[in-house]
Amino acid sequence: MGFCLEVSGEFACFTRPEMKVERVSYDVITPSAARSIFEAILWKPAIQWQVTQIDVLNPIKWMNLRRNEVESIVSARTAQTAMKEGVGDLGIYVDEQRQQRASLLLKDVRYRIYAQFSMTDQAGPQDSAAKFADMFRRRAEKGQCFNQPYLGCREFSCDFELVSDKSDAVEPIEETRDLGFMLYDLDYTDSASPSPLFFRAQMKNGCVMVPSRDSQEVRG
Amino acid sequence: MSLNNRYEFIFLFDVKDGNPNGDPDAGNLPRVDAETGQGLVTDVCLKRKVRNYVGLVKEETPPYEIYIKEKAVLNRNNLRAYEALELKHESKKLPKKEEDAKKVTQWMCRNFFDIRTFGAVMSTEINTGQVRGPIQINFARSIDPIVSAEHSITRMAVTTEKEAEQQSGDNRTMGRKFTVPYGLYRCHGYVSANLAKQTGFSEDDLQLFWDALINMLDHDRSASRGEMSPCALYVFKHESPLGNAPARKLFELVEVKKISEGPARSFKDYQVIVDQDKLPQGVELIKLLD
Repeated sequence: MGFCLEVSGEFACFTRPEMKVERVSYDVITPSAARSIFEAILWKPAIQWQVTQIDVLNPIKWMNLRRNEVESIVSARTAQTAMKEGVGDLGIYVDEQRQQRASLLLKDVRYRIYAQFSMTDQAGPQDSAAKFADMFRRRAEKGQCFNQPYLGCREFSCDFELVSDKSDAVEPIEETRDLGFMLYDLDYTDSASPSPLFFRAQMKNGCVMVPSRDSQEVRG
Repeated sequence: MSLNNRYEFIFLFDVKDGNPNGDPDAGNLPRVDAETGQGLVTDVCLKRKVRNYVGLVKEETPPYEIYIKEKAVLNRNNLRAYEALELKHESKKLPKKEEDAKKVTQWMCRNFFDIRTFGAVMSTEINTGQVRGPIQINFARSIDPIVSAEHSITRMAVTTEKEAEQQSGDNRTMGRKFTVPYGLYRCHGYVSANLAKQTGFSEDDLQLFWDALINMLDHDRSASRGEMSPCALYVFKHESPLGNAPARKLFELVEVKKISEGPARSFKDYQVIVDQDKLPQGVELIKLLD
């Protein structure tokens, strides 16, 4: 069952894994970020979303931004000790653990994203594709969502609209470019350490075709 | 006690002769969107103020402790007793370790307001389990382009003996500070009822969050901030946890317009127009601050 969403936002940051500290965004949305937009509207263990095509509708524009961030994450071990002992000092003091990090963000983005879902082996006897398709259509039409979808980072939330009639749709930008190797998605088969998958992304006249996960083009 | 409604909110605040959020990349000038000239205030800047306010009001005690702290606010007794964890013996199919990790996460959510609200990245031995908080805040943006004014200031003192000698006892230093004469900023945010269930974010927590937005600027006075005040807080409450209307359609109902000639210098120079008639079915508009 295929659906098409038009998403737009003021900022976006699809961070390149090789530039995580001073975040630099990819030029266009990654399939994994696009998948999470569909999942923010509807996801159940019984279904699995697969992004098939991304149309870039706005010219690619950049903006630089530097913020104060902290360098550490919550330590489970410290928390466990505090839980057991009943006392502890858990907080992170931001002025001692501060890093100023720049991010290179995308500005004014607009995409048309095509995706379809398939049933997984977790599907129960009363789960049918038609049921989930109806659910998704209903939610997307009404603007309902599990949580507000976002473009790479949660502070860059996005609007979404279900595209059912493509006759008066905006044309993608006239740009053809090799985007190089791009993050495709994460492989969660070993949930302890998800491994990244990559593919060679080509933008042809503003349109990026996304191969299916099991194709030759997706490499771990 | 967890939430049964989706919410969106619009928060308007203004600044007079102050710097709402400096840009470390531009020598602490007020942040500006270079293309439009509008001022920006980052999401993390506003979250910091919410944390500080809650830390102040609830005196940093569980269940309202703040995880991401500012030393300046705190620096009091480091050790504090926590409520003992009630161990529940449930035989679940999950491996024992993951079970423990879940417990830690839940315990952290229960004790710390900011983890419950904004989420946190937890490092567990299994994987970096993340808690996604129910509240999502976007960047705030000024309604009109802002002008940054630069002021040179003098100090009648020097820092080191060497400087004093060089100036043969004149002892003066020059400094600079930047202000925005006036700026009205608009911020959008979202509350997901579904994610609230996952972190145990309750109705009381939500009330506290609204209080924080309204009052936090009054507890964040400093030499650089100038006069910052909350101007309006509009909350859209959906009947259902999934929501009843697209967020964008709701935000579009509220228009902030300049009504005076010349540069704006107070909130009176603006008018907030709310198109109540177009409010979609199943959505209630609550004006918490008008």
